[in-house]
Amino acid sequence: MNMENMTAVPIAGSRSEQSAGYISQAAGSPPHPEADETIIGLEVHCQLDTATKLFCACSTDYRSDGPNTHTCPVCLGLPGALPKINRKAVEFALRVAKALNCEVLLESVFSRKNYFYPDLDKAFQISQYDKPLAVGGYLVIEGDKGEKMVRITRVHMEEDPGRLVHKGGVDRARYSLVDYNRAGIPLIEIVTEPDMRSPKEARRFLNKLRVTLEYLSVFDSDKEGSLRVDANISLQPEGWFDREKKSYKGRNRVEVKNISSYKGVEKALTFEITRQRNVIRKGHPIEQATRHFVETQGITTASRSKEEEQDYRYFPEPDLCPLRVSSWVEQIDLPELPDARRARFIGQYGCSPNHARTLTGDLKLADFYEKVAGNADPALSATWVADTLIGELNYRDLGIGSVTPSHIIELVNLVKSKTLTDKNAIDVIRAILDGILQKQPAETPSQVVKRLDLGATDSGIAPAAIADVIREQPQAVADYESGKKEAFMFLIGQVMKKTRGKADPAELNAMLRDALDGRGQ
Amino acid sequence: MAHSRLSFTPDDRVNAFLTTCPEPEYGTGRLEGLAIAIKDNISTKGIRTTAGSRILEGYVPPYDAHVVSLLLAEGAAIAGKTNMDEFGMGTTTENSGYGPTLNPLDTGRVPGGSSGGSAAAVAAGMVRMALGSDTGGSIRCPAAFCGIVGLKPTYGRVSRYGLIAYANSLEQIGPMARTVGETSRLMQVIAGYDPRDSTSIEQPYCHTPDKNIQGRRIGVPEEFFGAGVDPAVAAKAWEAIEVLEKKGAEIVTCRMPGMAYALAAYYVTCMSEASSNLARFDGVRYGPAADTKKPWHEAFQERRGTSFGKEVRRRIMLGTFALSSGYYGKYYAKAQAARQQVKLDFIRLYKEVDVLAGPTMPTIAFRLGEKADPLSMYLSDILTVPANLAGVPAISVPCGTVDGMPVGLQIMGRHFEDEAVIDTAFAYEQAVV
Repeated sequence: MNMENMTAVPIAGSRSEQSAGYISQAAGSPPHPEADETIIGLEVHCQLDTATKLFCACSTDYRSDGPNTHTCPVCLGLPGALPKINRKAVEFALRVAKALNCEVLLESVFSRKNYFYPDLDKAFQISQYDKPLAVGGYLVIEGDKGEKMVRITRVHMEEDPGRLVHKGGVDRARYSLVDYNRAGIPLIEIVTEPDMRSPKEARRFLNKLRVTLEYLSVFDSDKEGSLRVDANISLQPEGWFDREKKSYKGRNRVEVKNISSYKGVEKALTFEITRQRNVIRKGHPIEQATRHFVETQGITTASRSKEEEQDYRYFPEPDLCPLRVSSWVEQIDLPELPDARRARFIGQYGCSPNHARTLTGDLKLADFYEKVAGNADPALSATWVADTLIGELNYRDLGIGSVTPSHIIELVNLVKSKTLTDKNAIDVIRAILDGILQKQPAETPSQVVKRLDLGATDSGIAPAAIADVIREQPQAVADYESGKKEAFMFLIGQVMKKTRGKADPAELNAMLRDALDGRGQ
Repeated sequence: MAHSRLSFTPDDRVNAFLTTCPEPEYGTGRLEGLAIAIKDNISTKGIRTTAGSRILEGYVPPYDAHVVSLLLAEGAAIAGKTNMDEFGMGTTTENSGYGPTLNPLDTGRVPGGSSGGSAAAVAAGMVRMALGSDTGGSIRCPAAFCGIVGLKPTYGRVSRYGLIAYANSLEQIGPMARTVGETSRLMQVIAGYDPRDSTSIEQPYCHTPDKNIQGRRIGVPEEFFGAGVDPAVAAKAWEAIEVLEKKGAEIVTCRMPGMAYALAAYYVTCMSEASSNLARFDGVRYGPAADTKKPWHEAFQERRGTSFGKEVRRRIMLGTFALSSGYYGKYYAKAQAARQQVKLDFIRLYKEVDVLAGPTMPTIAFRLGEKADPLSMYLSDILTVPANLAGVPAISVPCGTVDGMPVGLQIMGRHFEDEAVIDTAFAYEQAVV
């Protein structure tokens, strides 16, 4: 067993003196950082959504309760307390490993990661080190140049530490308070190979991972702090990394810690690329270092350099037995995963590939759509849900959970039967969502149609409105007759104003043209 | 359940107790009304528990160790908490943060350690039974030095839940009493599976000692009578083994070459584990608080620097070193390999013999202050650590005296054959009564 050679992330190629070598190699010609390729690898920590903690029976539902209320001797690390593995957490982790196409090790071992910090009550974190739960998987994402495979190095389990609380903010507080409610929440750490080539790809990987975990029912992305990311990033000459693999002697990588949102990953990495380019442009070497992402400012700041990094003194946790769960994996049935569901949406419902991707990109949205598609025209439903509804929800910062499928079913059916025009259907959605925002009692689409008088009329008022407009706008009519195309658009606008959007625009168009063209004959 | 109260006011002249419970409650059951002393590293709800350390001064656990719950459920009365080497780190009970315990048989000598308080309380007649814990001999050594019986059960047979960890992979809670019968009786109550301890095994102990050892094969490793073992002590142990032979046992001499590395493997392992286990004592959650006016890292360094005793600090530093990057392979990993060799020795020997026997300690009880040099103290553990490294059961039973001080006969058995160990000790005890 050679622990020294163990590296959780094999991205690290080189030491700083070697990077200086790279600079000097390129010294003949000035460095061209713009031609560089971005190499990104991620370490993602997700809270597994179990009912109880990883090593004790305390509830994980702590977010709305007071500090230190979800604790016991085990998760407080009281002297003498012993950890006991939560089988459900292992099962959840195995689901993830299987969904990420990993190989589950015959025997995996929990190890102690020793370091001092007041939120770490035992002064060690129970994690996995040289024998993780699973290794060698992949996840397919939408890359910058089409579909690509991001390789997964390893998947392992560990416990979350507690949390420091600073009253009045970290800068102003004179003391730290510590809350151990979070201590012992099960985490899964997913480490990727350095296979992403842009911040956008990193974000897409995270989104794909999130939705995969949600499909597995092991993760709730709505819970605050349920996802944390460390990103490793370096800039290398185009194509070099893929040629040299892990043994390259390129520039150093930088690890950006403390990223806690999907958008944050893209922001942090984009900032870091600019920063590293500036350093390279000035002819300085990139130091292998750890930097912290400051979410509020969108920047990364220097923290400890790699050389000073702590020695975690990992050793096997003597209070837990090794996990031998590889045969358990075969008994685990995975649910339909996002890619399979996307293909099914295209085949079963006739969704466009883009709609199918949007709809399956979020578990709740996909479930919502399937409820709608079962009771209304599926293709039309896809358009209304994926294009209109999502846009209007995002605009109002609402989630899909705030609308009920029955409303959209009714709406799509009204549109399909031409009882409602597309334009007015959008107004109906807006009215419903605005009502939800103002916490008014929910209205059904037909109630909104009635209240705002938005129902489509076939012929009724249209001929009268056309006759009125022709009479009231003689100049525009004359312009039309003399061949000015814009005049028709003006006139149709006037007619729509009078019919208040209730008439089908295509029909109105034809009726007005008939009326105008019929006049001269 | 009807609860009654006991009056417990011992004349503790040897500093055996750190805390006494003058009027402990007791219930009904197999241990009804029996006053039992508990080593101070075993958590007792509502009763101060310090593990002999100043860093836990005033700590009152909010929960009972599994073994304590079992004792209470069988009607026992908790008499108090006994003195010990700080966190179990010592062989004399002189390393307590609360002063040494004296040997009741000669107050100029140590009672052995680290469960010296428990052994002294039993030997002085203050209680009939006590619980100790044994990481590298901490039950058997004081049992031998104080002339009582002490059993280190098979690893996994007694739950460690609530035992303040020193070296998790080595230690077991075990019974101490004046006789093998009483030791066995206490073992009946504390053994058994506990789901909260992942290393606990479903193997209850429902045994009544049987003195018939006809045909039992007893191995005697040469190393147990080698250099460093006082010839007078060795002679006493041989006499005891001959008694067993007269009772029908077959004596087979054998060798345990793995013993050459046993001490090194033991000390590297226990110090490494201890460095991690003891890191949590930072003055934030329990024990005397760290100075909150100072930055946290300064405050907790000060707390640890002033509240841990010298031996504890030494072992934390050595253990931290042994686990450090670049040294792990040289020390911790090697220690585990050596430990495996010791285990293999036992497995090999147990194919030919049923139990192994020899002296418990190389000498009689030391004089107070005699083992001021830590290395000479470490060397005195040579005969007890092999059983901990292998996880096998081992007992110490009194087998006569040298210079008026008791000598212990150690009997080690196969994994989960604590019963055979008890029976062999019982056969000896009954033969010499």
